[in-house]
Amino acid sequence: MSVTAPTAFETRSSGRGSAFWQRLRSGDDIAYVITLTCAMTILAITALLVFELFTNSSVARRQFGWSFLTSNVWDPTGERFGALPFIYGTVVTSTLALLMGIPLGVGAAIFLAELAPTKISNALTFLIELLAAVPSVIYGLLGIFVLIPMLKAAEPFLRGLLGWTPLFSGPFYGQSLFAAGVVLTVMIIPFIISISREVILAVPTEQRDGALALGATRWETTWNVVLPFAKKGIMGSIFLALARALGETMAVTMVIGNQPEIHTSLFAPGYSMAAVIANEFAEATGELYQHTLIELALVLFGLTIVINGLARLLVLSTTRRGAG
Amino acid sequence: MRLTLRRKIVNYVMLSLTGICTLFAVGMLLFILGYLFINGGRSLTWDFFTQLPKPVGETGGGMANALLGSAKLLLVATCIGVPIGFLAGVYLAEFGGSKFSFVVRYTTDLLNGVPSIVIGIFAYTVLVLPQKHFSTLSGGVALGIMMIPIATRSSEDFLRAVPLSLREGAMALGASKARTILTVVIPAAKAGLLTGIMLNLARVAGETAPLLFTSFSNRYWSPGWNQPTAALPVMIYTYAISPYADWKQQAWSAGFVLLMLVLAINVFARMVLSKRGHVVR
Amino acid sequence: MIRRTAILSALVAAVGTVACAQQLLINAAGATFPYPMYSKWFDEFHKKFPNVSINYQSIGSGGGIQQVTAATVDFGASDGPMTDMQIKAFQDKRGAAILHFPTVMGAVVPTYNIPGVSGSINFTGEALAGIFLGKITKWNDPQIATANPGVKLPSSNIVVVHRAEGSGTTYIWADYLSKVSKEWEMKVGRANSVTWPVGLAGKGNEGVSGSIQQTANSIGYVELIYAIQNKMTYGKVRNAAGEFIQASLASVTAAAAGMKDMPEDFRVSISNAPGKGVYPISSFTWLLIPSKIADPAKKKAIKDFLAWMLADGQKMTPALSYAPLPQVVLAKEVKAIDKIQ
Repeated sequence: MSVTAPTAFETRSSGRGSAFWQRLRSGDDIAYVITLTCAMTILAITALLVFELFTNSSVARRQFGWSFLTSNVWDPTGERFGALPFIYGTVVTSTLALLMGIPLGVGAAIFLAELAPTKISNALTFLIELLAAVPSVIYGLLGIFVLIPMLKAAEPFLRGLLGWTPLFSGPFYGQSLFAAGVVLTVMIIPFIISISREVILAVPTEQRDGALALGATRWETTWNVVLPFAKKGIMGSIFLALARALGETMAVTMVIGNQPEIHTSLFAPGYSMAAVIANEFAEATGELYQHTLIELALVLFGLTIVINGLARLLVLSTTRRGAG
Repeated sequence: MRLTLRRKIVNYVMLSLTGICTLFAVGMLLFILGYLFINGGRSLTWDFFTQLPKPVGETGGGMANALLGSAKLLLVATCIGVPIGFLAGVYLAEFGGSKFSFVVRYTTDLLNGVPSIVIGIFAYTVLVLPQKHFSTLSGGVALGIMMIPIATRSSEDFLRAVPLSLREGAMALGASKARTILTVVIPAAKAGLLTGIMLNLARVAGETAPLLFTSFSNRYWSPGWNQPTAALPVMIYTYAISPYADWKQQAWSAGFVLLMLVLAINVFARMVLSKRGHVVR
Repeated sequence: MIRRTAILSALVAAVGTVACAQQLLINAAGATFPYPMYSKWFDEFHKKFPNVSINYQSIGSGGGIQQVTAATVDFGASDGPMTDMQIKAFQDKRGAAILHFPTVMGAVVPTYNIPGVSGSINFTGEALAGIFLGKITKWNDPQIATANPGVKLPSSNIVVVHRAEGSGTTYIWADYLSKVSKEWEMKVGRANSVTWPVGLAGKGNEGVSGSIQQTANSIGYVELIYAIQNKMTYGKVRNAAGEFIQASLASVTAAAAGMKDMPEDFRVSISNAPGKGVYPISSFTWLLIPSKIADPAKKKAIKDFLAWMLADGQKMTPALSYAPLPQVVLAKEVKAIDKIQ
């Protein structure tokens, strides 16, 4: 429900004598000023954040230029830095998380929105949304002590099934891109489910009824009518989940192996942008090293901004103001 | 279209699959809860809550300083995040003009999406470096900045949800805008606002990355607000990656305590909210 | 409910502010190599002087150097002595010199997790260099097997584990490998942070030990006490005299026995020292203390700690398998405390 402020209260009088004091007493202007200041503070903080990231990465940016994004050398002693291994690790793990998370998430959302009775749907959604509240470090804890042993046990099976692809070749030590991808999958599923479910629920019943009346099965209706209708919102949820996955730090650094190298195999260890910043920032000696890590933070920041922007655009246009 | 067997089978299989997906998601939560309870909850001792950490390699000790440290950090974060967020939400809900409000909302969403480690670096460059020490304050500020966007969005949503009729009634009686907000709108949205704060708190209580370079860590009690402090999530991280069996056990216990806290707040808040409306992500 | 929360918050704030109002908190950070010893020392020192708490965080030697230069901690610790460039950077930034104070000597051991091998196996320097360069990839490689007749080594691939962050332990290890392998010296060199040809990374001595425990067929390098406290197998290393020596109190002490004199700034390497019974991967570790400390209370506390460390503290080292400082160093160091203004 949208409430617009009545315009009568936005007029300004000429500020003469008693009228001024009366307005002051009524507190409207003070309230306006105070709340406006707080709103501006948000803008100020964000602007300062961008400014700080920018200025504190200046040495690195000047030194490396755009080749920073394409170089895969990470040599702290020789002071040569390239962001490619981290961009690679971040992109690969996030993509893996999406590939596994989207079918699971959208599937569950379909069940919760279309099939489950309302009470059960609400209860189950409530439980699933609690997954989103579990702190990252606890996912990391479970990743190290539960997931990695499980993956090690499942390795022969995976290798037998998919070992012919370069994606699952090479030695497997537990800590790997794959492990990080799986942890991220579990972390992003609640976001996809929660938003997709809302979007699917918002699809008008007439659409479904029409398809069913034509003799389509429940699944055919969902797949051919409901999902296309809810497409934008679901895409939005995916982007949101992606933005979340990109910025994940603790859970990833605890299971990814922390090796700044690019391997095609998912069984190999890797590194992500957030993880390297967390590991190496406290001890980055020398201005260039520090500035390089802050430049990585800037790249990460830029990436999440773009993805989040797209996500909000897509989600807002479908859930709040009606479907389609 | 004739309903062939093939279509029936496809229908049945696909719909069952969606049920399995749901089972997986719900099962994950139950698994996490169960595992943490078995590994951490069952061996939770009184020492954990009352003792300081022991020297490396010696068994025993606890995380009393981390518990207090986390409480202090959250206190600072709330004092920064909630007022700014809430008042900005009031602005957007009550005084918003179109263009500027759009900018504010967009920026708030922007800030919300910033990875927590980037905010940690920001707090480091702006507070820790000039002050030349790590502190509870800088850690609290980092967490507070993370609280602002959610506080803003949820405040705005809950204030807007207050019916127009209530506002108009107050203004018809001659109350000024500010008076209406203070005495009518805010009390009407009180439950939602409070639960919004609680959910916000639960979210930042588990954050680790922004604390790594701001509140650092401390093996002792942290006096005042200007010294480094231990915090529960950071201790979990440090102990979990160590080789010491005793430390790993403590990591499980701490994880259990943290999870219980976060989930308890979430469950309570959402139960209250589900009676009144939707939840802000 | 609001009132209750408010009272609770006020309580937390009060406790937080008042708690230990008389406490002097000194912050330090750095090497994980001597962390077990330091945490014991600071604990004992706190028992002796209850109003002084020294909060030491083991974030790695690189972190110690960086944070003490940025002045976010009161002193640092590192097992790789600061390079001339880093010393100059400190001087430029803080307007005072940085002083190295050796505290103990320790050993870096090659620790491994080989299923079926429960004893200590022998490593030559060249074998270790080969493994960490990625040239020796299997456990039953002849370069390892010839030094271990009678030991059944599996044919599995070797998983190398090294440090993720800037580490003095890495420095000691790389310093030793540089001395025994020209190829290592040229390709990788010696520093707190090197470009590793192969391997997984763990955070701190703690993280490396943890990784090795979890990963079969792995090998890494950690400080002796981490291997002992966690009951991990570690190997013998061949020293300059050709003997395969296990790291121990005696063999580490022997490494410094041949030292005639200590340089004024206390920076010295004792790896691959000549002599019998010497463990070749031994090293000093240092506290990095600014020569000018502004706060008089902190200055006194730090000086008191140093004096205590050089007297009572040294007696506690054998229990944790660190070797106490040789006499020639002790005497010099006691005098050096006066350099702190």
